[in-house]
Amino acid sequence: MSRSLKFNAVAALFAATGLALDTAALAQSGKPASAAKPGAAKAASLPQSARFNLGREARPDEIAVWDTDVRPDGHGLRKGRGTVERGQEVYDAQCAMCHGTFGESNAYLALAGGVEPGDLKTGRASRLRDPDVQRTLGNKLNAATTLYDYIWRAMPWTNPMSLSVDDTYAVTAYVLHLNDILPADGFLDEKTILTVPMPNRNGMTRNHGMSSVSAKPDVQGTLCMTNCATEVKVASELPEFARNSHGNLREQFRLIGKGAVDTSRYEPKPGSALAGVVTPAPAAAPVATASVAPVVTGNVTGARAGQLLAKNACGTCHHPTNRVIGPSFSEIAAKHAQRADGEAYLTKKMKEGGSGTWGAIPMPPQPTLAESDARELARWLMTGAKP
Amino acid sequence: MPANSSSTRVGRIQPAPEHHLDAATLDRAKAAARSGRRGFLGTAAAGAVAAVTAGRALADGPGAPGSALPPTGPVALGAPVGAFPYGMPSKHESMVVRRMSPGLTRTPHSSISFTPLQNLFGIITPSGVHFERHHSGMPEIDPQQHRLMIHGLVKRPLLLSMNDLVRFPSVSRVHFIECGANTGMEWGNVAVPTVQYTHGMLACSEFTGVPLATLLGEAGIDLSKAKYILAEGADGSHLTRTISLEMALKDVLVVYGQNGEMLRPENGYPLRLLVPGVQGVSSVKWLRRIEVGDAPWNTREESLHYIDLMPDGTHRQYTWIQEVKSVITTPSAGQVLLDKGYYEITGLAWSGRGRITRVDVSTDGGRNWRAAKLQEPVMSKCLTRFRADWRWDGNAAFLQSRAVDETGHVQPTVAQLRAVRGSRSIYHNNKIQTWRVDANGEVTNVQIA
Repeated sequence: MSRSLKFNAVAALFAATGLALDTAALAQSGKPASAAKPGAAKAASLPQSARFNLGREARPDEIAVWDTDVRPDGHGLRKGRGTVERGQEVYDAQCAMCHGTFGESNAYLALAGGVEPGDLKTGRASRLRDPDVQRTLGNKLNAATTLYDYIWRAMPWTNPMSLSVDDTYAVTAYVLHLNDILPADGFLDEKTILTVPMPNRNGMTRNHGMSSVSAKPDVQGTLCMTNCATEVKVASELPEFARNSHGNLREQFRLIGKGAVDTSRYEPKPGSALAGVVTPAPAAAPVATASVAPVVTGNVTGARAGQLLAKNACGTCHHPTNRVIGPSFSEIAAKHAQRADGEAYLTKKMKEGGSGTWGAIPMPPQPTLAESDARELARWLMTGAKP
Repeated sequence: MPANSSSTRVGRIQPAPEHHLDAATLDRAKAAARSGRRGFLGTAAAGAVAAVTAGRALADGPGAPGSALPPTGPVALGAPVGAFPYGMPSKHESMVVRRMSPGLTRTPHSSISFTPLQNLFGIITPSGVHFERHHSGMPEIDPQQHRLMIHGLVKRPLLLSMNDLVRFPSVSRVHFIECGANTGMEWGNVAVPTVQYTHGMLACSEFTGVPLATLLGEAGIDLSKAKYILAEGADGSHLTRTISLEMALKDVLVVYGQNGEMLRPENGYPLRLLVPGVQGVSSVKWLRRIEVGDAPWNTREESLHYIDLMPDGTHRQYTWIQEVKSVITTPSAGQVLLDKGYYEITGLAWSGRGRITRVDVSTDGGRNWRAAKLQEPVMSKCLTRFRADWRWDGNAAFLQSRAVDETGHVQPTVAQLRAVRGSRSIYHNNKIQTWRVDANGEVTNVQIA
């Protein structure tokens, strides 16, 4: 398709949107929209000029602040340089607590693994054919620029856009090093990042029917109406022990005109594998959007603390009684119980983060944690962190 | 008329006693009031109630003395007008809430809550139970501070405030939003117990906003070079998605209104994109930036997630369209049919390619099908409610629905999907859903061979 043909096709599409052009014509001519002459040439000329004169022009310096995106062709890359070595420093301090020291993931997306040495040559992560392979950033991602782009605008998760351009290049380089793509003495800058041989750079396809309404679907059903060839045999159903996994279903239905099964009182059928085994404990499916109560003074109850912990995602790293990524709340409470300035100390620690008190894994700073929330949580910790 | 008069007829509602005290009783009440015996009226009324209660053994017609029904008419003064400046559902509707699937995600700040489809009627999802998907939590945005930037391959880069945006000519349209991962937990086997969890990343609303084409025209888009746009949210992840220019100019809206009010915060307040028929992640919430470009962006949400793994190890990229799909919402898993007899089978059908043209239902696991009735209006890229009559004979049954859209695309079985795409692609699972009705009336989620 020639450029002018394509241009006309898009212009015609634009004309098909109707309202935008009709109102524009109305605004320009002062006549009813139907009186405006149709025509691709006229339609194409309309978008070139301002028509409603609403809003104001975005200045280049404003665009520069918000226009952070980076494409695989280098569009949007900023000048900068970062080494694998510097990347490790930043990574260990700000990333490892979630993604694991070796990118194996403590809890979140695994950054490394599942890459074979030959993949760098072929650009196809060969192990993705293996049904049991762990899918990681290393064996899925097709462009190093996307890694830079995401770290730059969204990481660290609780403090996005806090890394410098150079450190963003550095962390990108280190994550690629964890996947054996860059050597230990490697680096990235705005030029070399475009030449990184990503192990799955040829692993994406756009050859499918789901990019456009007019494209042909790949899987078509069968419009049979009677005596259709199908074997009605149950191939999969929820195992008995999982019946209450989403809470008591009886509480999730409007019991008007119908019943619902009480899964909390479910008892395994005699003879089943679960007969004689403890009946599953009733679990409550978490109800979404719990609101946070207004600030209280005085003692902080366990319920109030629970709301604040949920609101601020503290449970990501901390558990009430067990060491997870960070120390448990009961451990923190016990350690600082005798400290006279405990409340102020813990408030500051929560806000600013730190490392060394509980081992090598640092706690990142929490700039979005409200001072009042931190103070309440500190008070709760200093009074025993009771549930 | 005395409360317990012999003239009371079966089939009539027993009048409330306080309006129907006989003349002699009223006279005595007035006399008592004059003499300061203020408790008398209450005693008389209590006597009347006692008489009604005694009468219950004598008749059993609806509303008659002896019926279990309460008396008609006001029995107490209700709550005043204005008691609820923003009304909430009845306290008896507390089961109609979004729920999360335990263990599905590591943290509630990047997670999903599901629409309670089993408890909803019609096609409009109440805004308060519209499913949620946030990638870095829900930002709180002041509409007076919010701005939309439009830049890139445009003649006049624009900065629009909410004050500017609501002044553009607007449209209202009803569309579904379905997350690309809806039903994604069931590619391999049955994993969750009810339709809320199998299909609840689905909602449908009347959206009001400005066609994106209008705004791109205002900015002077360079149609000789532009091929794609990038939409970015104002949340912590700065969520970004590529959208084809074909879609951007056709029916994409920049939305501020939902079901007659402003967007809810969890659905993008004060501004979101709506890309009709396309997986929900493209309808970027808390929209703050649109860049016009000549190549797709390959963002994290287009190269690490929202890509579909095929059996040969390749990933399909930019799989935008939500294909033809349907599900029966009643009877559905978790419910119990209380008796044999008449039931209405009802559910939802939708397609990202346009209108639904037919829905068939089967009660024998797909051997035999019959057409369901489609509730008007049937709209493009919108939920369609279907209904079919059914008399349950008390035997085991397998309920299914199968939708067809205006392009002729027929909803496939899970076996047909797996034959092409395997079972690891996570996204775009539009299989025919099967609910099994056991002889005891219990309905469960199953997959049949």
